[in-house]
Amino acid sequence: MIRLVDLSKTYQLGDQPVKALDQVDLAIEAGEYLSVMGPSGSGKSTLLNMIGLLDTPDSGRYFLAGREMNALNEEARAAERNRRIGFVFQAYHLLERLSARENIELPLVLAGMAPAERRPMVDQIIKRLDLDSRASHLPRQLSGGQRQRVAIARAVIRKPALLLADEPTGNLDSHSGAEVIALLEELNNQGITLLVVTHDPAIGQRAARRLRMEDGRIIDDSGATQPPSADSRHAHR
Amino acid sequence: MRTADVLRLVTRALLTARLRSFLTILGIAVGIAAVSLLTTLGAGLQLYVLDNFSQFGSRIVAVNPGKTQTGGIGGLLSSTRPLSLDDADSLRSLPFVERVVPVVQGSGAIEFGRRVRHTDIIGGNGEMAAAWRFGIAQGHFLPVISGNSQPLAVLGSRVKRELFGDAGALGRFIRVGGERYRVVGVMASKGQMLGFDLDDIVYIPIDRALSLFNRPGLMEIDITYRAGSSAQQVAERIRQRLIQRHGVEDFSLTTQDEMLSSLNRILSLLTVAVGALGGISLLVGAIGIVTIMVTTVQERTAEIGLLRALGATRRQILLLFLSEALLLALAGGLFGLLLMALLLGVLALAIPALPISLSPFYLLLALLLAAVVGLLAGVSPAWRAAGLNPVDALQQE
Repeated sequence: MIRLVDLSKTYQLGDQPVKALDQVDLAIEAGEYLSVMGPSGSGKSTLLNMIGLLDTPDSGRYFLAGREMNALNEEARAAERNRRIGFVFQAYHLLERLSARENIELPLVLAGMAPAERRPMVDQIIKRLDLDSRASHLPRQLSGGQRQRVAIARAVIRKPALLLADEPTGNLDSHSGAEVIALLEELNNQGITLLVVTHDPAIGQRAARRLRMEDGRIIDDSGATQPPSADSRHAHR
Repeated sequence: MRTADVLRLVTRALLTARLRSFLTILGIAVGIAAVSLLTTLGAGLQLYVLDNFSQFGSRIVAVNPGKTQTGGIGGLLSSTRPLSLDDADSLRSLPFVERVVPVVQGSGAIEFGRRVRHTDIIGGNGEMAAAWRFGIAQGHFLPVISGNSQPLAVLGSRVKRELFGDAGALGRFIRVGGERYRVVGVMASKGQMLGFDLDDIVYIPIDRALSLFNRPGLMEIDITYRAGSSAQQVAERIRQRLIQRHGVEDFSLTTQDEMLSSLNRILSLLTVAVGALGGISLLVGAIGIVTIMVTTVQERTAEIGLLRALGATRRQILLLFLSEALLLALAGGLFGLLLMALLLGVLALAIPALPISLSPFYLLLALLLAAVVGLLAGVSPAWRAAGLNPVDALQQE
């Protein structure tokens, strides 16, 4: 589903060029569950941004669902992000002035969907993530775990094929963090491809496929596996 | 993105920063109020002045002695013959000519008993009141007789009031420049025209005025003409007739049309100039919008990054922020018009005579102006917002 070929990206940090990605090759199958770990500045986030079409590589090629992404212009990349990719951030990135419901709705609004069409979709996801009682609350009236659940609902409202989570539990206590991870894994179970960038080894270890990065390279890849069955996942908990 | 959604997101953003939005709107409102108030007053003044001038009727041509000329020997050699009463009479036979009024103006003492008043004295004929569209309050105007007129006078309403008070003036004798005149009429009040009191005038027959002021000729001949001919045609016929009589063109013709249109031009220019003065405060308001939009884009950098991650295109970001500036400016425009209406109301109460002309066209124009100001002020910050790199933007907190 995802194929990166010889992908490189160099940033200018002061007058020091930093290789955030150094000739990365990676193939990800649909429905996989990956974690990316590594020290700060190893290129984890850049890899995630690259896969999420937020960043453009200096060289190399990127195929998403069989289509070459390098050739797309900004408009087309935005459309791909809207349709195929969901983002979950450490800082939630909810719009403070919009209610939980309106936040969840945003990707549909940007896509120009009619209110009558989006209402049932939002209703459904709110029900599914158990946010019924919180739908009309503003983000500041919600707990951290609830906020991240809202952010996840927003990420998957368009039923994307790919869910990218950058330190999704970084701002949460261990209990809420475990809940969020359980939710992400449940979504993966239902078929979404999940990629989690994390510092936390306990979370990283849960993934079926684990990548380790250093200096812009993938130095360790536990290897592509069949997505684990629901039974084995239960054994982990 | 749907228009309704853009509107909803933008209003929500503006309502969240209530005080800030209000102050920005106020800035634009003051500017729009200043521009529209000043131009409204200017346009009102224009209408008022033109009204004043056209109260004499617009089908009128004035002949004055002397010709302004530029150039060498012609100017030196030409001699100006005065316009005579015969010249005036000769114009009566021209086609379309309705009334011919010879005019001499001077000033002098008017005496009644022990009371003395110095006023303007105008020499004219019996057609003058009709030609100038002046009304008679009591008695009648000067008789229509040419030559050897009787010593009869008509008083302006102010003169009558000053000399006679509430007592009747008709049939009484006054002294005009030392000569005895009998009062035959009192004019209806006409008010002031551009500071000139039209009621503080005494009218006497033209031949008597000429000898009273010891003048060789008339100061002006006013000719009114019937509908159906243009001012130019009538003026041309008058020119031909007078050249025939004088041999040279030693007089000047002014048509009311011409005068009104040049007056109109001057006053329009004045209105625009005054409006531009108000435009300065609108400019300040626009700078307010720029400031607030630049701040907003900085504060919402992370949000812009998020929207981009959710699939917003650059164009959508541009649209959102441009709409925000536009909405601020339009709200300012509406508020400004309200402010102007309030100020006009107060002005109208304080100075009832103030000429005010509100036209919906100019109100719409003011709103349009506000919109243009908003777009111009918003375009640079919105452009910056759209140009942000989403990765960098997301890292901003």
